[in-house]
Amino acid sequence: MSGSLLITFDKVWKSYGQGEATVHALAGVDLAIRSGEFVAIMGPSGSGKSTAMNIIGCLDTPTAGTYSFMGIDAGRLDRNRRAMLRNLYVGFVFQGYNLLPRTTAVENVELPLIYRGVAARERHDLAMKALAEVGLVGREHHTPAELSGGQQQRVAIARAIVTRPTLLVADEPTGNLDTARTHEIMELLTRLNTELGLTIAMVTHEADVAAYAERTIRFLDGHVASNAVNLEVV
Amino acid sequence: MIWETVRLSLLSVRRNVLRSFLTLLGIVIGVAAVIAMLTIGSGTTEKVKADISKLGSNLLVVRPGRPAGPGGPGGLDQATRPLGSKELAALVAHLSGARAISPASQKQVRVIFGTESLTSGVTGTDSAYLDARDWKLVSGRPFSDSEIRSGTGVCLIGETVRQQFFGAGDPEGEIIRVNRTSCKIIGLLEPKGYTGFGQDQDNVVLMPLAAYQRRIAGNRDIDSIYVAADDGTATTELLPRVEDILRDARRIPPDREDDFSIRDMTQIADAMASATTTMTGMLGAVAGVSLLVGGIGIMNIMLVSVTERTREIGIRLAIGAHEKHILIQFLVEATVLSLLGGIIGILIGLALAGLASLTLAIPFAPSPAVILLAVGFSALIGMVFGFFPALRGARLDPIDALRHE
Repeated sequence: MSGSLLITFDKVWKSYGQGEATVHALAGVDLAIRSGEFVAIMGPSGSGKSTAMNIIGCLDTPTAGTYSFMGIDAGRLDRNRRAMLRNLYVGFVFQGYNLLPRTTAVENVELPLIYRGVAARERHDLAMKALAEVGLVGREHHTPAELSGGQQQRVAIARAIVTRPTLLVADEPTGNLDTARTHEIMELLTRLNTELGLTIAMVTHEADVAAYAERTIRFLDGHVASNAVNLEVV
Repeated sequence: MIWETVRLSLLSVRRNVLRSFLTLLGIVIGVAAVIAMLTIGSGTTEKVKADISKLGSNLLVVRPGRPAGPGGPGGLDQATRPLGSKELAALVAHLSGARAISPASQKQVRVIFGTESLTSGVTGTDSAYLDARDWKLVSGRPFSDSEIRSGTGVCLIGETVRQQFFGAGDPEGEIIRVNRTSCKIIGLLEPKGYTGFGQDQDNVVLMPLAAYQRRIAGNRDIDSIYVAADDGTATTELLPRVEDILRDARRIPPDREDDFSIRDMTQIADAMASATTTMTGMLGAVAGVSLLVGGIGIMNIMLVSVTERTREIGIRLAIGAHEKHILIQFLVEATVLSLLGGIIGILIGLALAGLASLTLAIPFAPSPAVILLAVGFSALIGMVFGFFPALRGARLDPIDALRHE
């Protein structure tokens, strides 16, 4: 179940502000995620979980310490190199879906491929395939406004996996969905984890959502409070 | 990639039709104004040149009185000695390099036929006048030598005079009354149209100089002498020869200035053409300022667009867009916008110029160079004024951008 180390935090600090007003969002966090793992990250707001997610997703860099992604010191890379890393290896799913408005599902899914320089025909084929994988056949040419919340999140997941990333970063992926839709999305993520071997790091504050993951990391005040394998995998 | 971006920006233009249209308006008005000004201007220049060449090409005009220099009163300060047959005879006898030399005296006179009347420019001249002014007869014949010599009451009329008295009919052989003397029409002059100053060149009656002097002017003066250079001779070359001959004929001592003026119509034509060109340039420059204003409009709307689409920029950055991708996206969008405005502006400008050329009776002279320049300039405006907003978008932090509501 667990492969090589994909992500390691070595005494990672993230601080904002200066002097007396300095806030440490992360205060010397050590963390490791193996390839193929499905990890849930929990914690109250202000605990540092979002900051940790941003660093994991190569959107942000630590103030001190080392963040290594696939053996690369990703915390020291410049904006454009991190963008390249994200484009090649990371897929993002957000709470608010974050699809481009007035743009069809298939065009949304094609977006990351545009920045990879994939030719139009191939891009379209890959996007259609990804939409089929998330169960959206027949909805490819709908715009977000014409899709339900669950369907929009499926489009977002298709957009995240169309590049065949190593890591999927999901920030409260079910936060805007009802219970039935939540379980559908979580089952989809679990399937992608097992069938494609996709490593998933997911922030959530719902225990039953976290229960889909193999392991739960709890943050509190910038530290890892607990790090435990989930006994009962749903 | 670039094509993709252009397609994307056209999409975004289409999604915000009203806003895009309002943004374009500045550029449209600017480009339309520049194109209309320059096209009308070059049409006017052509018209002025054509008008002056209608007076006759390579033409010198001699008038009595000191030359009107800058600031000088020009011959009004003294009793000017008129020109007469003596000067004309001297020029005919001694001047080389002239194609035609012709006297002309003119006066606005009431011309009557039947119950109709018309105030017309009546000119007393000779048969060389038509040659000197490159004027042809549509029908009839020029004055004969005996008519010139004896001053017979015969005349040639212009198109306006014919229409006033005879409509489309044949005027030949009819008798009109010019200042209480009668005059038999022997020919019809080719129409010349209006001058650039709105003067009808076809409202004329030509008659032999002797007849004019005796029956209308009541003196033997000559108002002006036209000297047309032949094909091999420049007017600048001819002018000093005319001056020498006239000084001699009028016995002006070497220490005295000329008491007559010689105007070179070719130089006047060039001067007027260059004046209209300057005018055109100035109007074009004023219109160019509105282009600048249009560019600022583009910058404004692109800034709004970047702010409005902060979240979109965040998404794009998150999924792997580089700074340059965002920069190019917004630059292309600004350029596409302003190019679109430029093209619409060119069409409107040309339409305006076309309309003006119809109403002002000037040639429609669109210049491909000006149009290309307008296209290039509007694209440039898009790039220049789109750069700052685009850079702002590209520099956004993806985390902040994603959090933006």
